[in-house]
Amino acid sequence: MSLDPATVRRIARLARIHVGDTEAEQLAGELNGILGWIEQLNEVDVEGIDPLTGAAQMAMRLRPDTVTDGGIPELVLGNAPDRAGTFYAVPKVVE
Amino acid sequence: MLTDLSLAEARDGLRRRDFSAVELTEAHLDAVAALNPRINAFITVSADKARAQAAAADAALAKGEDRPLLGLPLAIKDLFCTDGLRTTAGSRILEPFVPPYESTVTANLLRDGAVFLGKANMDEFAMGSSNMTSAFGPVQNPWTRRGDNRALVPGGSSGGSCAAVAARMALGATATDTGGSIRQPASFCGIAGIKPTYGRCSRWGIVAFASSLDQAGPVARTVEDCAILLGSMAGFDPKDSTSADRAVPDFAAACRRSVRGLRIGVPREYHSDNMPPEIEAMWQQGLAWLRDAGAEIVDVSLPHTKYGLATYYIVAPAEASSNLARYDGVRFGRRVEGEDLTDMYEKTRAEGFGAEVRRRVMIGTYVLSAGYYDAYYLRAQKVRALILRDFTDAYAQVDALLTPTAPSAAFAQGDKMDDPVAMYLNDVFTVPASMAGVPGLSVPAGLDGQGLPLGLQVLGRPFDEETVFAVGAELERAADFHHLPAIRAGVPA
Repeated sequence: MSLDPATVRRIARLARIHVGDTEAEQLAGELNGILGWIEQLNEVDVEGIDPLTGAAQMAMRLRPDTVTDGGIPELVLGNAPDRAGTFYAVPKVVE
Repeated sequence: MLTDLSLAEARDGLRRRDFSAVELTEAHLDAVAALNPRINAFITVSADKARAQAAAADAALAKGEDRPLLGLPLAIKDLFCTDGLRTTAGSRILEPFVPPYESTVTANLLRDGAVFLGKANMDEFAMGSSNMTSAFGPVQNPWTRRGDNRALVPGGSSGGSCAAVAARMALGATATDTGGSIRQPASFCGIAGIKPTYGRCSRWGIVAFASSLDQAGPVARTVEDCAILLGSMAGFDPKDSTSADRAVPDFAAACRRSVRGLRIGVPREYHSDNMPPEIEAMWQQGLAWLRDAGAEIVDVSLPHTKYGLATYYIVAPAEASSNLARYDGVRFGRRVEGEDLTDMYEKTRAEGFGAEVRRRVMIGTYVLSAGYYDAYYLRAQKVRALILRDFTDAYAQVDALLTPTAPSAAFAQGDKMDDPVAMYLNDVFTVPASMAGVPGLSVPAGLDGQGLPLGLQVLGRPFDEETVFAVGAELERAADFHHLPAIRAGVPA
């Protein structure tokens, strides 16, 4: 599988990273280098093997569904680049 | 000099009142002031906070309090959120971020009386093996080749933590390891570092890279110092659902255990024709030391070793692309204005992330995208299961494994930058243990022909860090490594 610049731009869009035309060309080369190297996994026989999702090797722990924190809007909003009252502010999305 | 003490020696000196915690912290702050402009091991120095913590430690010592790390100055990797102290993860996107909370690991260290000198430099979001991807500039390894002053990399991603400890700017440091980020820089900087079993240290409050692999651990100049620090950092935390609900053993006591009768495995797949002869020789020397101490050396096979890196470079970017979705210029970090909301997201992330992070987020997005998930991600998870099975089978025959930590000594700043895959190969010996979640310790074992340190890696069974420490301490005694880096506290530049 080989990525062309158009596919790179589509992935960039999915990843929400702006990529210019020249950069897409360059990235296509780099990503193809990495993906080509990764293809060696196709030699491994994985028939009947269950996927391993994590290294924890234990059942996920549950906790009571109760509120444990809150009431600290100033701390929560303290790092926001823009805010309006006790809300995060973003560029207008509806005209 | 106070900066030459090990962490255990400094602790004992404080208890005996040979010096005060303020004197000890001032000595390290002086070293930071003198060396950091050159080494760049710290992104942020918290001198005033450190002085206040040291003064509080002296007051506690005067009252007869005895806490494990009381008054001991440490560097904190800039991936651990620290309440009121800027935490950047080495990224432009988090350049203005000041957390309003403390990570569990650093909270545990503060509970035990530690002093924080500042936040250590690192590869951006812990993605790198050279510390060259930091948005705050590269770190210089305190070691140089004999007769050659060129700046070498400290390894990565915990390059600032390891350089700070090697140059005697801190007694020890926190670090994190996703594919080798504790062990490889420890090897490059001639110090010890342990990645404990996945789940041993809470990940709560550590900026996430790849959640199924990330694990915190200490770096320090002796194996015992690592054991003391890990004893404080580790422990069950209800705030991390993958934190292990297990008692924390006395790791420092394990350093005094004999290795007599232990079975030490030599994974035959770690041999390669490309391995530098000096590293192969160091490995054989390590095995001889353990044999002399009464251990039995056993050949074992980890058949899927060669697929570890490729598996890692699917799993880790996939998890990273998901974890890093939170950096959108809305809730924290930098924002770059755009024409509309989507444009704002895209420009914020394009300018906020460096080239390596952008590359990995894109790889991760691709391998998780519709049509490619099964071919890449699902297949990688199955190979990961086979890698774990290799370790499980090996540990049925042996108590621990011994390998080199890295395939080379430290290289020059700027080397391997043109080819991402060449950089990834640094982690060939450390990644398999990360995939399996088993503990791994790097111990400085000797110097290569150019005068640069080389490390040996001890791998153990899940949650058996005690055997890892016992073997590591035996190697440390046998190696008797007392070489010093060219750049260090007390040496004029």
